[in-house]
Amino acid sequence: MAFLLPCPNCGPRDVGEFTSTGEVTIRPTDTPSLRELTSYLYFRRNVAGVQREWWYHRLGCEEWFQAERDTCTNEVLRTWVPDPSGAQADARPVPETPTA
Amino acid sequence: MRLPPQPGEPLQRDRELAFYFQGKPVTAIHGDTFGSALYAAGHRVFSRSFKYHRPRGLLCCKGQCPNCMMRVDGVPNVRVCVEPVREGARLEAQNVWGSLKRDALRVTDTVGGPFTPVGFYYRTMIRPRRAWPLYERFLRSVAGLGKVDKHSGRAARFDTEHRRADVLVVGGGDSGVDAAQGYAAEGRRVVLVDQGPYLVGRELAGVEIVAPATALGIYEGNLVPVDAGNVLLRYRAEHVVVAAGALEQPLVFPGNDLVGVVLPEAVRRLIGLWSLKPGDRAVVVSADEPGLDVIPLLERAGTEIAAVVDLRETRVREIAARGKKSRVSSVQLDERKVDCDLLVVSGGRQPAYPLLAQAGARIEYDPARGIFFPADLPEGVEAVGSAAGDGISGAVPAASYNGAAAKGKCFVCVCEDVTDKDVKRAIAEGFDSIELAKRYTTVTMGPCQGKLCHVPSIRLYARENETDEASIGTTTARPPWQPVSLGLLAGRPHEPAQRTSIHHRHKELGARMMWTGTWRRPHSYGDPAAEAKNVHETVGLIDVSTLGKLVVSGPDAAAFLERLYPNRFADLKIGRIRYGVLESDAGRIMDDGTIARLGDDLFYVTTTSTGAGAVLEWFGWWNAVWGLDVEIADVTGALAAVNVAGPLARELMERLGDLDVSNGALAYLDAREAHVAGVPSLVLRIGFVGELGYEIHFPSPYGEHVWDTILERGADLGIRPFGLEPQRILRLEKMHILVGQDTDSESNALEASMPWIVKFDKGDFVGRWSLEHVGERGFREQLVGFEMTNGVVPPEGGQVVIGGRPGGRVTSARWSDQLGRAIGMAWVPPELAQEGAEIALKVNGSIERAHVRLRPFFDPDGDHLRS
Repeated sequence: MAFLLPCPNCGPRDVGEFTSTGEVTIRPTDTPSLRELTSYLYFRRNVAGVQREWWYHRLGCEEWFQAERDTCTNEVLRTWVPDPSGAQADARPVPETPTA
Repeated sequence: MRLPPQPGEPLQRDRELAFYFQGKPVTAIHGDTFGSALYAAGHRVFSRSFKYHRPRGLLCCKGQCPNCMMRVDGVPNVRVCVEPVREGARLEAQNVWGSLKRDALRVTDTVGGPFTPVGFYYRTMIRPRRAWPLYERFLRSVAGLGKVDKHSGRAARFDTEHRRADVLVVGGGDSGVDAAQGYAAEGRRVVLVDQGPYLVGRELAGVEIVAPATALGIYEGNLVPVDAGNVLLRYRAEHVVVAAGALEQPLVFPGNDLVGVVLPEAVRRLIGLWSLKPGDRAVVVSADEPGLDVIPLLERAGTEIAAVVDLRETRVREIAARGKKSRVSSVQLDERKVDCDLLVVSGGRQPAYPLLAQAGARIEYDPARGIFFPADLPEGVEAVGSAAGDGISGAVPAASYNGAAAKGKCFVCVCEDVTDKDVKRAIAEGFDSIELAKRYTTVTMGPCQGKLCHVPSIRLYARENETDEASIGTTTARPPWQPVSLGLLAGRPHEPAQRTSIHHRHKELGARMMWTGTWRRPHSYGDPAAEAKNVHETVGLIDVSTLGKLVVSGPDAAAFLERLYPNRFADLKIGRIRYGVLESDAGRIMDDGTIARLGDDLFYVTTTSTGAGAVLEWFGWWNAVWGLDVEIADVTGALAAVNVAGPLARELMERLGDLDVSNGALAYLDAREAHVAGVPSLVLRIGFVGELGYEIHFPSPYGEHVWDTILERGADLGIRPFGLEPQRILRLEKMHILVGQDTDSESNALEASMPWIVKFDKGDFVGRWSLEHVGERGFREQLVGFEMTNGVVPPEGGQVVIGGRPGGRVTSARWSDQLGRAIGMAWVPPELAQEGAEIALKVNGSIERAHVRLRPFFDPDGDHLRS
């Protein structure tokens, strides 16, 4: 990982300045079943392709923002600070946990 | 040896320098490298080879091959052929058992050959098994090149610089310079990196020249680390131009490693740079024009040309060099034997493509020219000149020139002493892919990293497998493309230390400092037990500036904290404080601290000393997720804090300002803004150490003033500072958990015996569902206190033993003078989490008894705290 990530505030910076919590997940709104809870906590879509992610400019402006990144090429399509209502809007849910 | 002064030679003959080789002085002149000076002094053998300890001399003369590596002033593996001379330097030969002239391990060459075939260390030294430690010790002592001086310490200091360029040109040959000037003319910011010293001092309009320096690789995002001596320059370039040139390839024939067998560049440099006569009688065998260009140079230097073989016109089946006293003395060219003391060989030039391959270029083979060249360059990367394959032509040399009659070792790889026989044997053993054969034979894995052996080994591989070079393909090109010292990659040791604004007072008071995360904190001021006792009896003072401190404000601040913490904050009254434990959505304890409400929409949050950064990130992230109207400001460094604790703390506080600190005006868990010692402060009445206590937060610059004033005004009360160790004893007496000490990444608030902090009767909060699940599934373990029956202090991390098996673990344990007992905390099975239950702990191999305690050991009802 040595690509440049454009921070919405600071512009393109070395990826080492950032931390990431990975893909944008959707937090259940109502009490989830144990299965739904497990999916939310421990399962990710883990796509090979464009993924929406959370990034934090730890060694910069300390802003949390989202990015669309191709996990195969590390090409960053766009980055933006989510507006108050839309942090999880349009995020794709984690598929149902596979049954054991 | 030195030729008479040549027109335009870069030497300054009137400036002499001296250095030492094997302890003996050698004279050099300004412009020499160590290698050229040794050559001028008559030295021809520069090293002994890796495996067979064969004598080796200058081969490439441009810092690529391993032949001239020596230890210079304690630094191993310095290529002396390109290292400029330094006055007084000390050089030692490497990989020598004995001397360069007589090396005891030469026996591996003369008789050991049949016993040390490729991969021998996997096979010949396995029996008898018992002898392996002996073999291993021997192998370890002879393997590797050069020795690191373990006692040299930090001789050099390395740094890293981050730089940017519009265009970065790697290679300062003609095409590199042309490209650089072209881009500079377009007005772009151009940096030119060149390995040699020849561009130093040269002016190119609009071009920044970095030399001598080497580009180590091309990484993602056009990141090019450049080795510039003691500084690693991390260049980010919009456009990278690779003008790395071409690599002269050797020929593979018996005796091709003899001293006196050289590549054409060695001749060019010996004559052109250092005015040295390379030999008296030369034979030139070349597959291309540049190889033949050395002939007029040699003639001018007075070397007799004994024979010339142009492989483009003459087909030769057999070439074999023979030597006397480790130097080439004759060469057999098919039936013809020619005496010579210099054999110049050129197997053609190969584009230096590895940097381009690292960047993502595809590498193709051109059978007509016998070269691998880069194709399909990625965006932002360009190849110019020979590196792109331009201007390279010549005959394709044979894979090897060892006819049936030829005797002697025929080296494919001089770095690792791999012969053609080794390659053939590897193929016979089934290593049919070039990548696997590379790992087995270690061809291309030596110091030259394939510069001289990659193409020859592929040719040999193709011939032995009866296929062509294109089908064999290349091995993966990986950084570093040029050798680099580990020190440069490691950089300067960064051990950030955070110090509070009262740090120097602690040092003056004789504190023993310790690390907590990146903070330096006083462990104690000499006597932890007495310091703890003093807190119980009079009053103590501790620096708690390391606590993380966040100001959370805004219309949604209360709602925000209400959703982050498992307990309530919306109903917290202004001027009141509540303890909080942060949980992740998986229900795991992240951090703890106190939250004081200073206004309707203003909260002051403290975190653990080491957790401040993580909590700031955590708060910021949830704020982004929820999109609430909240501002989070980190004031950890801006504010210092001290804790005044002990039965006399109130009396002391009265002396420090006009704040009414009576129990009625400032009750337990009250927060007030006030002046303390004349400094605007926030006073929090909290009691982490179990006695009446006041935590005073104030601007950092006043640290020493407030500290000094408190100690001064409390002197007659018996105040003394206490460190972290006494604080740990005191908090353990109160059974307060330390996040990260008593809890780990799996712990949750319920099993950590803090069910009172989880309010299931409020709305959603982070971690709620997982904690509900823990409640439903039942506890698997529980955090409890214990006291030892006999006063033995068990080790932290020690076992709780149940029925002879490990059933839990001790997380904290201390001797408490106050209680006269050894106490601690431990995770135990839930059935043992009963007041008074007996548990067994393993201490130094024996079993000791303890009783479970569920309430604080000291002041269980909090009378002291509330007094």
